[in-house]
Amino acid sequence: MILQVKNIRKAFDGMEVLKGIDLSVDKGDVVAILGASGGGKTTLLRCINFLERADSGELTFDNRTYDLAKITNKEIAAIRRRTAFVFQNYNLFLNKTAIQNVTEGLIVARKMDKGKAMEIGRAALDKVGLSDRLDYYPNQLSGGQQQRVAIARALATDPEIIYFDEPTSALDPELTGEVLSVMKELADEGMTMLVVTHEIGFAKNVSKRTMFIENGVVVEQGESREFFAHPKEERTSEFIRAISAKE
Amino acid sequence: MSERLIEILISSFPKILLPGLLTTIPLTAISFAAGLVIAVIAALIQFANVPVLKQIIRFYVWVIRGTPLLVQLFVVFYGLPSVGLLLDPFPSACICFAINEGAYASETIRASLESVPSGQIEAGSCVGMSWWQIMRRIVLPQAFRTAFPTLGNELISMVKDTSLAANITVMEMFMQTQRIVAVTYEPLALYIEVGVIYLIFSTVLSRMERFGEKRLSVYGKR
Repeated sequence: MILQVKNIRKAFDGMEVLKGIDLSVDKGDVVAILGASGGGKTTLLRCINFLERADSGELTFDNRTYDLAKITNKEIAAIRRRTAFVFQNYNLFLNKTAIQNVTEGLIVARKMDKGKAMEIGRAALDKVGLSDRLDYYPNQLSGGQQQRVAIARALATDPEIIYFDEPTSALDPELTGEVLSVMKELADEGMTMLVVTHEIGFAKNVSKRTMFIENGVVVEQGESREFFAHPKEERTSEFIRAISAKE
Repeated sequence: MSERLIEILISSFPKILLPGLLTTIPLTAISFAAGLVIAVIAALIQFANVPVLKQIIRFYVWVIRGTPLLVQLFVVFYGLPSVGLLLDPFPSACICFAINEGAYASETIRASLESVPSGQIEAGSCVGMSWWQIMRRIVLPQAFRTAFPTLGNELISMVKDTSLAANITVMEMFMQTQRIVAVTYEPLALYIEVGVIYLIFSTVLSRMERFGEKRLSVYGKR
């Protein structure tokens, strides 16, 4: 097991968003987190990578357990060096080219030799099919291309796990395919991924396990095929029906 | 125009331009550079919300922006000697202009820092960069691009404001002009002449500002 979260809680101004969620991810797992907007799934992911500080809970990463209420900045930095995050709206560094976006974390944060970082950066961009866009700035790229650069940026740091926060939600429908196919390729290669998504196709066909979160609690989770074929909870089947009808 | 007037205008031109090149420009360059350093530090302190220091910066900005530059010059040059701090005219002027520019530019830069999307900082921390690395490599460069036109304006203002330094005996263009007027009695022509020289300086700077802006827009609009 690479990541385990126990009883994570988070409130914003007294509004409880996460009401004690447990989650575990094995090495090589691809876990999809589904749920209606405002149900807490993005907050969960942001708390797991400390973009928000959880109020309480426990997080085990690579066999070390941390109390989320007391974790130090140093511990956070150490964990983050081994994880990566892909944002809904890409968040590429706007003043950096594609290749600089990918190498920045290597050269600056990890003090890697520039030549080696460039080599890794080129390989990462090649993997997402953008080897012809190395010197383009984010604003010169389409949304789908930007998100693929963001995935390359995540890959370059050789993370134990990549967190995806609704990676296709900001994209035009015709651009989601290119991002999803890159993600599928990573999943097939055994990359560990935790993916908050609205893409039911991805959850159904690519992820090994699916979790359904609503009102800050896990309603149901299970092996993806089973989850979609035979949901146990009434609420889950309703959600699956509603989201499938939209597609 | 009389021949005498033309003669005066021509012979005074290099006499006025020389202190422009030797005093006005160095005074502006030194003060503006020092002011920018102050401004970046002050803006970062406010952006990072450092307690106590932030209050001190607010106070500094409040006092400097709320009092005339001329008064500040007099306090430093004529006032401080009475408490034993005796400064030459040129350094006095540099200090005043730098402190003044620091206060104004810190507000410009602070606003620009705040205009950088918070996702840029989050992305930086997710790839393992420290706060300072994120500021230096991601946020400040983007903020500078936003602040650039305003800072350019402030630089042009400062070139003109250096004429105030004549009041504390800094031998810059305007003071030199006053001296020439005192012997030639041609105030209209000579003050227009020095005005034209300021105009040339400003025009060159605003051209440079526009050129710089173009170069900075390589990575385009957000």
